[in-house]
Amino acid sequence: MTAAILYTIIILTSLGIVAAFVLYFVAQRFKVYEDPKIDLVEAVLPGANCGGCGFAGCRNFAEQLVKAETLDDLYCPVGGKETMEKIAALLGKEVVSQDSRVAVLRCNGACEYRPRTNVYDGVATCSIAAALYGGETGCQYGCLGFGDCVEACKFDALHMDQETGLPVVNDENCTACGACVKACPKDLFELRKRWKGNRKIYVACMNEDKGGIARKNCSVACIGCAKCFKVCPHDAITMKNNLAFIDSDKCKLCRKCAPECPTNCILEIGFPVKKPRPENLPEEQNKPVEPGIEPADTTAKNTISGKEEKQ
Amino acid sequence: MIRTFNKGGVHPHENKISARSGIQGLPVPGSVAIILSQHLGAPAKPVVNRGDEVKTGQIIAKGDGFISSNVHASVSGKVIKIDVADDVSGYKRPAVFIEVSGDEWLDNIIRDGSVDREIKLNGTEIINRISESGIVGLGGATFPSHVKLTIPRGKKVDNLIINGVECEPFLTADHALMLEKGEELMVGVKILMKALNLNKAVIGIENNKPDAIQHLQSLSAQYGGIQIQPLKVKYPQGGEKQLIKAITGREIPSGGLPMDVGALVFNVGSVFSIYEAVQKNKPLFERIVTVTGRSVSKPSNLRVRIGTPVSALIEAAGGLPSDTGKIICGGPMMGKALSNTEIPVVKGTSGILMLPDSESRRHKILPCVRCGKCVDVCPMGLEPYLLMPLSQHDHFDALERAHVMDCIECGSCSYICPARRPLLDYIRLAKANVGKIIRTRRKP
Repeated sequence: MTAAILYTIIILTSLGIVAAFVLYFVAQRFKVYEDPKIDLVEAVLPGANCGGCGFAGCRNFAEQLVKAETLDDLYCPVGGKETMEKIAALLGKEVVSQDSRVAVLRCNGACEYRPRTNVYDGVATCSIAAALYGGETGCQYGCLGFGDCVEACKFDALHMDQETGLPVVNDENCTACGACVKACPKDLFELRKRWKGNRKIYVACMNEDKGGIARKNCSVACIGCAKCFKVCPHDAITMKNNLAFIDSDKCKLCRKCAPECPTNCILEIGFPVKKPRPENLPEEQNKPVEPGIEPADTTAKNTISGKEEKQ
Repeated sequence: MIRTFNKGGVHPHENKISARSGIQGLPVPGSVAIILSQHLGAPAKPVVNRGDEVKTGQIIAKGDGFISSNVHASVSGKVIKIDVADDVSGYKRPAVFIEVSGDEWLDNIIRDGSVDREIKLNGTEIINRISESGIVGLGGATFPSHVKLTIPRGKKVDNLIINGVECEPFLTADHALMLEKGEELMVGVKILMKALNLNKAVIGIENNKPDAIQHLQSLSAQYGGIQIQPLKVKYPQGGEKQLIKAITGREIPSGGLPMDVGALVFNVGSVFSIYEAVQKNKPLFERIVTVTGRSVSKPSNLRVRIGTPVSALIEAAGGLPSDTGKIICGGPMMGKALSNTEIPVVKGTSGILMLPDSESRRHKILPCVRCGKCVDVCPMGLEPYLLMPLSQHDHFDALERAHVMDCIECGSCSYICPARRPLLDYIRLAKANVGKIIRTRRKP
């Protein structure tokens, strides 16, 4: 009896010792070195795993950050500038500051502006509808309204407006991760520069048809008249395929283009009521600039007070 | 012996209501819109300008690249604009708009109704003529015929198969053609045999068309080497891969072409156009379109100029029935619903089907009950019930491993599903996505 117990103890102990040696040598031989910085960087990242940086999750991005020589092309849109500065401090590298961005839907074809010409009865996703045909209205470029973007958004920044049938971006929640840009089969989302107070001015249309056809199918379509293009003092507007586009990096929010648009397809959002002359500025625009979004705001102030200045 | 393909297949109600109505010519419309991308491959480049006068049969757009095809004027008149027009694809495509005046054909087109049996051109000349005449596969895929006939080095073709199956319910355009233009068809097959240097060919016809089988069989006695093969009625037998399997017993490997098993398939409509191009010098500018539906007052097979708006065809068939819920271009299994009736007829338009509202609605989608019927009926041996959730969740690697690219989009799975699941919709989406990934991978 005692012998049996003794043998068991001896055999198991020796097995344990052998296994310990084997494991030790295997661990030495096949050791994978992992930079401890990766864990530190990962802890700083938001952990949303949204893929907005272009990599498969935060861990992968952290690896890339540690590996990279410079942080030029690497940017976490969710964490933004603060996170990137923290990471740069951790890694002892320079961070290239990028403007904060926000997703914008470039279609304003609500039900009232865009008459339906047919009824779609198939699977209620934009990707399938777009593979089948141009959509329920005469405009083949516009929003289909089945909410693939809402599904794709991980930050609760998009919801469908039942009245207009279009998705609405919640600017506070939007992190500019770009999931909606990828999800939209009509490429209607654009990541535009975020201004103070979430002010926006953009051409809410992607219709490349000629003016007459575009107008017939949607009363708020861009007809490619180029009036905005002619009036823009900052060369921010380009015309391509009967469609105007305002480059948000060049635009200075001077708001000269919007009143020119005959179809009101240039949307101005978040502005105070416009006074007849630009000198009469509302109080808040002369307030000191908030820290964190300074490059955008300085130019905005200058432009609105009449001094044109290139960035 | 009655043959068929071995894997899967369904047998929907045939509904061939226009089978006995013969072929009627549709009068030339007032204006046409000829889409420049009526074929698989690169769109054709227009060679006419606004204001030009064109004659019927004149080339108006040249094929751009190897896999492309010429487009000809289907009417005589004046080019009023080169713009975009709604297409069957549901999107706007570039098109040439012609305002009709009279019907003046090019002088070199032979317009007598006689059958010209003597083939004067040699093999290369035949292929060149087919290429010039803008002939594409009229079964629906619209693959340029001259590309098919140009056999790459190292490949050998020993089986010429003519597709007279017409397995889609409702459609009877090929049936009517086989009955009325049997002789021309036989000469057409002979032309293809000469071009390919073969001495035999098989015409496959489903045996729900006994009159066509009998008619062609009696003709085949005069034309040596052409065999008529009756086939069991089963959808999708008109699919190239299924037809080759049914007739030769050979199976095309995954991702392969018919040429890989030494076979080439031509639709009877294409063969007739090839006859007209080679013997009568007439390019492809008209085709036979079935206009049908259970509530349609005059279901018919119409000879239609390319570019005619669908509304003119509906008018000729007795007008739009009041209960119409959906107008489908093509057959009920693979056809596409049209978003408006001004869409012009293209080379690939085989039928216009008007479905009553009660039959055109989608059913409520229920959860999958794992009955496996979709696996049973899939003619390519795929598992649609597994592919659909993979597609919903973007598992593109798994989809590629599951051979999603082999799907021929016949719709048998969606047709048979007792839970009315939109299997094909998701598989088609997966094919588009996986195809994109494969193409980017090929590019360095």
